[in-house]
Amino acid sequence: MAEIHHDAGVKDPLPPVLAPGHTYATVTSKISDVVLLRPLDWRWAVGMGIASSLLLIFGAAVANLLYRGTGIWGINAPVMWGWAIINFVWWVGIGHAGTLISAILLLLKQQWRTSINRFAEAMTLFAVACAGLFPLLHMGRPWKFYWMMPYPSTMALLPQWRSPLVWDVFAVSTYATVSALFWYVGLIPDLATLRDRAKNRYVAMIYGALALGWRGSARHWSRYKSAYMLLAALATPLVVSVHTVVSLDFAASVIPGWHATIFPPYFVAGAIFSGFAMVVTLCVPLRSWYGLKDFITDRHLDNMAKIMLATGMIVGYGYAMEFFIAWYSGNPYEEFLLLNARPFGPYSNAYRTMVTCNVLIPQLLWVPAIRRNAVFLWVISIFVNIGMWLERYVIVVTSLSQDFLPSSWAMYSPTRWDVMTFIGTLGLFTFLLFLFVRVLPAIAVSEMRELVHETHHEHAAHGGDRAAVEAAGEKR
Amino acid sequence: MSVQHAPENPEVYGLMAEFDDPDRLVEVTRSAYERGFRQMEAYTPFPVEGLDHALGYHRNKVPRTVFAGALLGGVGGFLMQCWSAMYYYPHNIAGKPLYSWPAFIPITFEMTVLGGALAAVFGMLYFNGLPRLYHPVFNAPEFARASDDGFFLCVQSRDPLFDPEATLAFLETCGPRSISVVPY
Repeated sequence: MAEIHHDAGVKDPLPPVLAPGHTYATVTSKISDVVLLRPLDWRWAVGMGIASSLLLIFGAAVANLLYRGTGIWGINAPVMWGWAIINFVWWVGIGHAGTLISAILLLLKQQWRTSINRFAEAMTLFAVACAGLFPLLHMGRPWKFYWMMPYPSTMALLPQWRSPLVWDVFAVSTYATVSALFWYVGLIPDLATLRDRAKNRYVAMIYGALALGWRGSARHWSRYKSAYMLLAALATPLVVSVHTVVSLDFAASVIPGWHATIFPPYFVAGAIFSGFAMVVTLCVPLRSWYGLKDFITDRHLDNMAKIMLATGMIVGYGYAMEFFIAWYSGNPYEEFLLLNARPFGPYSNAYRTMVTCNVLIPQLLWVPAIRRNAVFLWVISIFVNIGMWLERYVIVVTSLSQDFLPSSWAMYSPTRWDVMTFIGTLGLFTFLLFLFVRVLPAIAVSEMRELVHETHHEHAAHGGDRAAVEAAGEKR
Repeated sequence: MSVQHAPENPEVYGLMAEFDDPDRLVEVTRSAYERGFRQMEAYTPFPVEGLDHALGYHRNKVPRTVFAGALLGGVGGFLMQCWSAMYYYPHNIAGKPLYSWPAFIPITFEMTVLGGALAAVFGMLYFNGLPRLYHPVFNAPEFARASDDGFFLCVQSRDPLFDPEATLAFLETCGPRSISVVPY
């Protein structure tokens, strides 16, 4: 709430969360025209072309995997979790910022969330879709995935409830379902806006069917707001629980470097870190291409940079704590892995790059001029994305390839099929995102109208205060 | 679709007044409620605070539904695991007790959230009577603005106090942008 006063009161170098001069109608038309009236843009076409090509590569990689099995990947006897699990954890982590923005910041009544929540939620959904593919493909027989579900099977088999891998199935599928519901509920009023503004009859029918006949009745809004707030309240602990469960996949084992109590909070912070980095990576081009700088202002970038800085520091603390616990516990395997193998061993390049990207480079964000420069921030966010991928690489590969017995050690390197599958999911993600900005409003229109309303009220209230203060001064 | 035809005004669903400002709409709604109108509804492009209370709507059943859904999901999830691990397929894993409830907590939690979320969405849609693609208010001219920058109050003909002329006269005194008759 305090955010909004900045522009009216004390001198603040940053613009407000919404550029001044907007009315309900300008907000509506500016956002919905991006979907309904915008001509085909060459940048969109080029981006979509690249994304579709990568999607074809993904198709080829998956087809070969289904035909020949997981042997085409670089996984071997000790390193049985390779890129598939690294990518899974990375993608799930990216999804978290979306839910965080839409749920936690909603509950905390942070107005700056409004203009970024819709596409951050879309990002969550698409990232979780990409994440979910990896464990499925990693099973080798994806068509038997339903064995992990409790269902009345003729084999009288049910999942092993004490296994973190089964918890993961429940956590990720619940997360995907709740994110999709949250996103769709948020979209209903905006779909009604598109229905009412569409000039083409068939387009209007499609949006109308998706809007379920929403008519903005006050009683409907009342129930809608309850449902939306409660979904946010349910999603908030869910975000934390999902990545905690993902970390338990590692921490519940006895492998050195994994069996650590720091894992749940450190994984959650890392997820938020990488998720915000991805939001920034997507935000900066989106707002400049579609002329949305009035809605996604430099204040948003500044706030996200601060969150990245904070969570990056937590991640850095996690790295430091791993060293400390390895030394303090006196466990020789842990000490070897953390004090030798990771910083100085065969994978030391990955470890050092990870620390540079995740801990050193984000320190630049302390400088306000860097934080508020969209280009610098964008470059830093890409470093963070790379660093967070390497973090999962370091955790999965170093621990597995050099665990207890040197006789069972083996080096790991990915094959081209690993690379193709990963790049393919990048294509899938981009493809879905490009499709999304074309057919659905990338900014929540009804929430922006609400923000306009609140901004008018706050301005009126603030002007009133100032008048009262001036009057009091005159009396004195 | 003609379920709620008022016997005395079979062709008219109600009178729809459009206002420019949400705060004005709340004031008008409150004064209409004070005059005794009950069968009315307001339509706005975003949730307007206090409008539901001005219409006399206080009993929102969504929170209770969500609580019930979450409870059902959580208890159901926990019992499913107990039943499967203790009776249906008891299996000794590393000497752990069959009733190892701490290991059942993550799934119980996830099922609680899932039950609550499903109840929130489908409960909200059920109580709102959605999906319902046709509704008489869509016949009002300019109603498309209800999803843009129009704030509407519709006094329905099934209200016992509804009188085409008197109600129109009352709405005219409220200073609307326009008033229209909503046919079925």
